[in-house]
Amino acid sequence: MKQGKILEIENVTVSFDGFKALNQLSFSMDAGELRVIIGPNGAGKTTFMDVITGKVQPTEGKVIFDGRNLRRLPEHKIARLGIGRKFQTPRVYLNLTVRENLDLVCSRNKDVFPTLFGRPSAAEMRTVSGLLETIGLEAKANLPAALLSHGEKQRLEIGMLVAQSPDLLLVDEPAAGLTDEETDNLAALLLSLAKSHSIIAIEHDMEFVRQIANNKVTVLHQGSVLCEGSMDEVQNDPRVIEVYLGQPQEEIQQQELEKVSHESSH
Amino acid sequence: MALGTTIGIHKRKQQQRRQIIEGAIVIAIALIFVVILPALIPAFRLRSLGRFLALAIVALGIDLIWGYTGLLSLGHGIFFALGGYAIAMHLNLQLPEGQLPEFFTLYGVDRLPWFWEPFNSFPFTILALVIIPGIVAGLLGYLVFRNRIKGVYFSILTQAALIVFYNFFNGQQELINGTNGLKTDTERIFGVLASSPQAQRTFYILTILSLVAVYYLCRWLTSGRFGRILIAIRDDETRVRFTGYNPTGFKVLVFAISGAIAGIAGALYTVQTGIITPSAMEVAFSIEMVIWVAVGGRGTLIGAILGTLIVRLAQTFLSERYPESWLFFQGALFLIVVTVLPNGIVGLFRDLIGEKGRSLLGFRRKSFTYPSLEEDPEVQEEEEELSPR
Repeated sequence: MKQGKILEIENVTVSFDGFKALNQLSFSMDAGELRVIIGPNGAGKTTFMDVITGKVQPTEGKVIFDGRNLRRLPEHKIARLGIGRKFQTPRVYLNLTVRENLDLVCSRNKDVFPTLFGRPSAAEMRTVSGLLETIGLEAKANLPAALLSHGEKQRLEIGMLVAQSPDLLLVDEPAAGLTDEETDNLAALLLSLAKSHSIIAIEHDMEFVRQIANNKVTVLHQGSVLCEGSMDEVQNDPRVIEVYLGQPQEEIQQQELEKVSHESSH
Repeated sequence: MALGTTIGIHKRKQQQRRQIIEGAIVIAIALIFVVILPALIPAFRLRSLGRFLALAIVALGIDLIWGYTGLLSLGHGIFFALGGYAIAMHLNLQLPEGQLPEFFTLYGVDRLPWFWEPFNSFPFTILALVIIPGIVAGLLGYLVFRNRIKGVYFSILTQAALIVFYNFFNGQQELINGTNGLKTDTERIFGVLASSPQAQRTFYILTILSLVAVYYLCRWLTSGRFGRILIAIRDDETRVRFTGYNPTGFKVLVFAISGAIAGIAGALYTVQTGIITPSAMEVAFSIEMVIWVAVGGRGTLIGAILGTLIVRLAQTFLSERYPESWLFFQGALFLIVVTVLPNGIVGLFRDLIGEKGRSLLGFRRKSFTYPSLEEDPEVQEEEEELSPR
């Protein structure tokens, strides 16, 4: 595993038509860390991930991954440098089989002509079978991913992330829509992945955050870092209580209700 | 693991068997078209069948770009016409030393425009009718895809390009005889009149061979990793970027190949029609190409061929009997396909005859009541052990 800082973000501002989704945000994390990012709706969490993965270019400031400035690099180059991203809803290729899904990501050379003329190497095929075993989908390897259940799709997508062998994993609200048992499994999976990867997890579900946050937690608010520290420190920080944890009870319930109806409408 | 390998070997054997069966079917159908049909139907019918088969080639190209990659091109008429013009000019240039095609002198052109010089050579022309449409498509694709233009905007842009080309070709009397186009019927190829039965017979056979070759090219492109990337781009392009692939390159290549295929089709169509005019770049014709693929079934390749033949045969039949009815029929056909048969004729066959066909061919029947059992490998294994072989 790499040493030192894996990710440094310096004074990044992203503005969309004058609205600052990120405002002079600075952030850094060490290699091997599992960092949880929390923040109320609209705090800029998803934009934060978009900036790291190249989906959105910062208006100002810079993002440095493993000593390299990511400015103006397109998404696929950033992905090849070793940043993997898991989206909120599982995004697997529904018309491809489980094995084909993994094989696509596993491929070492992702340029056009090697993909057209190359054949999967023995090593890649071994990796794919190994991953199928790890995510427990061996028996369904040749089924189209469209036939998998929600939880199986989540596992497949995490398998695809690992197949990409990234140094830094970005995980966006992984626990959304999972049952309690699935959430526990996911927490265990993330913790075991954290042994060999650096991970940034964005999460809403405070219960889940407590399960995985054995390190630092970063709180975002209005596009900047509000505070950073252990879960206990963060929870007791008066500013955090004010903007996030300490909202009147009714309001939190209201938010939960909105979340539920939002999810069920998908 | 051992179980996995036996299943793997079993699958591979099955795959090989399927490939052999498919190859045999393709050869049989090709033989029917080459040997039996010419003996059965009159020459002028055969000539239109040859043209329909040429159109099936361009439909394969559309299926590649639309059915697999999800890019709806409404501008394939450009590439089709470029191929047609290339071969037509070659035929027009088959004159004694120092003479020019007649139309040039009408417009007071006394020297062959420089870019037509190489079209004196037959090998160059054959190469050009593939490569020029390919390059034009590649360039257009590069400009569009690099700027991440997709969906409806891509379709509109291809159509706009089509109109630009159409107007340009219409207006260039001195270079390509403008609206009148280039005739091939009265010209000679290798000393034989292009409209002679002998030449037409050769064009017909060449069309079938090209159709088979292009079909296998598309099959090769859409199987394997490359084909899976195309499907992945169609289904979720953003995700493809985040896994480290650059979709632009893949899309440009596949669009260029699709354009080159249209060029081949255009050339074969032109020599069997006897003329190429800018009307090959009318908007309606390019949309018609898309309809053939939609009718046959997107993303199936075979559907593109079937769709073209069925729609074109229906058109011939209907317009002979009820000359006015065809356009209404075509509109209705498209509506039906979009609303009732989203997977086209091939999709309908899969749903209707699929079950019977499976049992006829000796495959296990699908269960109707608990489809999930169909997908549970453990249940499958058990069933295999129990069922008498």
